[in-house]
Amino acid sequence: MLAYIARRLIMSALILLGVSFITFALLYLLPADPVRQIAGRSATPETVANIRAQLGLDQSFIVQYARYLGNLLQGDLGRSYLQKTEVETLIASRLPASLLLMAGAIVCELVLGLTMGVVAALRRGTGTDNTLMVVSFVGVSAPQFVVGLLMLYVFAVQLRWFPIGGYGTFAHFVLPAMTLGIMGSGWYSRMMRSSMIDVLRQDFIRTARAKGLGRARIMFRHALPNAILPIIAMIGIDVGIFMGGIVVVESVFGWPGIGQLAWQAIQRVDIPIIMGVTLVSACAIVIGNLVADIASLLADPRIKIR
Amino acid sequence: MTVADVPPLAAPVEEGVWVRLRRRKLAMFGLILIAATLLGAIFAPYLTQFNPDEQMFDGLSITGAPMEPGGEFILGTDLLGRDLLTRILYGARTSLIIGLVANGVALLIGTFVGVTAGYFGGILGGVLMRLTDLMMAFPALLLAICLAAIFQPSLWIVAMVIATVNWVQTARVLYAETASLSQREFIAAERTLGAGHTRILFRHILPHLVPTIIVWGTLGISTTVLLEATLSYLGVGVQPPTPSWGNIIFENQTYFQAAPWLVFFPGLAIVALALAFNLVGDALRDILDPTQRGRT
Repeated sequence: MLAYIARRLIMSALILLGVSFITFALLYLLPADPVRQIAGRSATPETVANIRAQLGLDQSFIVQYARYLGNLLQGDLGRSYLQKTEVETLIASRLPASLLLMAGAIVCELVLGLTMGVVAALRRGTGTDNTLMVVSFVGVSAPQFVVGLLMLYVFAVQLRWFPIGGYGTFAHFVLPAMTLGIMGSGWYSRMMRSSMIDVLRQDFIRTARAKGLGRARIMFRHALPNAILPIIAMIGIDVGIFMGGIVVVESVFGWPGIGQLAWQAIQRVDIPIIMGVTLVSACAIVIGNLVADIASLLADPRIKIR
Repeated sequence: MTVADVPPLAAPVEEGVWVRLRRRKLAMFGLILIAATLLGAIFAPYLTQFNPDEQMFDGLSITGAPMEPGGEFILGTDLLGRDLLTRILYGARTSLIIGLVANGVALLIGTFVGVTAGYFGGILGGVLMRLTDLMMAFPALLLAICLAAIFQPSLWIVAMVIATVNWVQTARVLYAETASLSQREFIAAERTLGAGHTRILFRHILPHLVPTIIVWGTLGISTTVLLEATLSYLGVGVQPPTPSWGNIIFENQTYFQAAPWLVFFPGLAIVALALAFNLVGDALRDILDPTQRGRT
C-alpha cells in the first residue's frame, strides 16, 4: 500500500512537471505580447526593451523555463505582470472562495444525484424511473452558463430569493454552488442507479431478504453502502471538471475565486497568473485522482493494486 | 456429458441495431431533434426571410430595446435588432460543423493513440498513455480557453482546440479494449499464420472496436457542442458576427434581465442538441455493448 502510494506520488510529480512545461511553452508561443500590455500604447521602444529585460523575457525559452522551474521548487510562482503582487498571494486569497463553491457543488451532487439514482433504481422501469433519467440527461446536457443565467433569472430577478451575484453570505452561495453541481448530479444519478441495480441483483441481498430482514434495513445496511462504493471515486475525478467549471460559474455570478482570477488574467495576458492557476488546478486534479483511488482501495479491500 | 452436449443458453436473437434503436422512444426523440437541427441548418435560408447579419430598422423598439418574441420576429430580436430565430438557425450550422469536425478529429487522435498504445504496448505504449495521464491532469476548459486565446479564434481553430482537449477519453477506453483484444487467441493465431501488424490492426482489431468508436463518437459530439458553446459564451470561441449559440448569449447577456428570451432560446437549442446526442449515444451503448445489456 505504501509502495503504491509512493509510486503514485512520483508519477504525480512527473505529471505536474509535464503540465508546467506544456503550459509554459504554450504561453511562450502566445502572439499577444505581455510587455506591450504593461508598457501601454505610447511607450517608447527603449521602455519596452527595458521592461522586457527586467522581466527576463528577452532570454531564450530554455533559460526562462529553467528559471521558472527553479523558483517554483522554492514555492515561488512569480509576480503578476499587471497587479504587481506575488501570484501565490493572489491565489491564496482567492482559493478559499473556490473551494467553498466546490464543496457546495459536491453536496448538491451527492444529495440530488444519489437520491435520484436510488429512487430510480428502486422504481426501476416505472414512469418515475424514466422521468428521473430524462431529468438527469438534461442536467448532463446543460452547459453551466445557461444553467447559471437561467437560475439567476428565475430565482434572483423574478422571485428575488437570492442576490444577483457577489459574495459574502449563504444566500450568495446557493445559486453558484447549485449551478456548478447540476451537471455532476446528472452523472451521479445515472451512476448511482446502475450501481444500485447491480447490487440489488447480488446474492447477499437475496440472503438478507430470505432472512426476513425489513426493507429499510436491507436498503440502508446492505444495499446502499455497497452501491455507493463506486461513486466515491467519482468525487475525486469531479475536481477536474470543477476546475474548468469555476471559470464559467465564477464569471456568471461574479464569484471572487481562482476561476475569475484566471479568466481576467487570460484576457490581460498576465502570464504568471495563468501559469499559477493552471498548476494549482493540475495539482488539485492529481490529488483528487490519487485520493479517489486510495479511498476506493481502503473502502473496498477486493480491489487489487495493479 | 461433454461440453458439446450442453444446450446453448437462450439462443441470442441478433437483430439489427436500427431495429433495436427504433424501439427506444428516447433515442428516437434524440434522433428527431438531431434531424430537425440538421434540416434547420441546411435550409436556414428558406426557413426565414431575414439575413442573420441584417440589423433591421424595425428590429428595435423606439427606445432601442430588442423586440419581444411574437409578431413579425417569431423569437424576437437581439440587441442589434437582428432576428433571433434567423441567428439561431444559422448558429446551428456552426454548432454542427464544429461538433462533427472537432469530434471527428478528436476521435481520430483518440483511436490512433489508444490503439497504438494498446496493441504495441512497451515503451511506445507507456509514453502514449503517460501523455493521456498528462492531458487528464489539465483542466480541459482552462486549456481550451488558453489555446483559443493564443490563436486568433476562427471556426476551424475552435474546432481544433476542442479536438486537442477532447480525445483523451476515447484514447483511454480504446486502449483498454485493444490491450485485452491483443491477448486473445485469434490474434495470436493470426500472428502465427504470419500476418503483419497492419493486417492484424485493420482486419482484426479495428473492426472489433467499431461499436465502441460509434458510441464514444456519438457521446463526444455532445461534449463538443457544450464546449464550443462555452468557449463562444466566454468570447474566445466563434467570433461574432458569425452566429453561434454560445456567442448569441455572449453578445446579449447584458440585456438578459430585460430580455430573457435572448438567453433562453439559444440556451434551449444548446441543451436540446447536446441532449439529443447523449440520448442516442446512450441507447447505442446499451445496444452495442453486451456488458451493459440488461442494465436498463
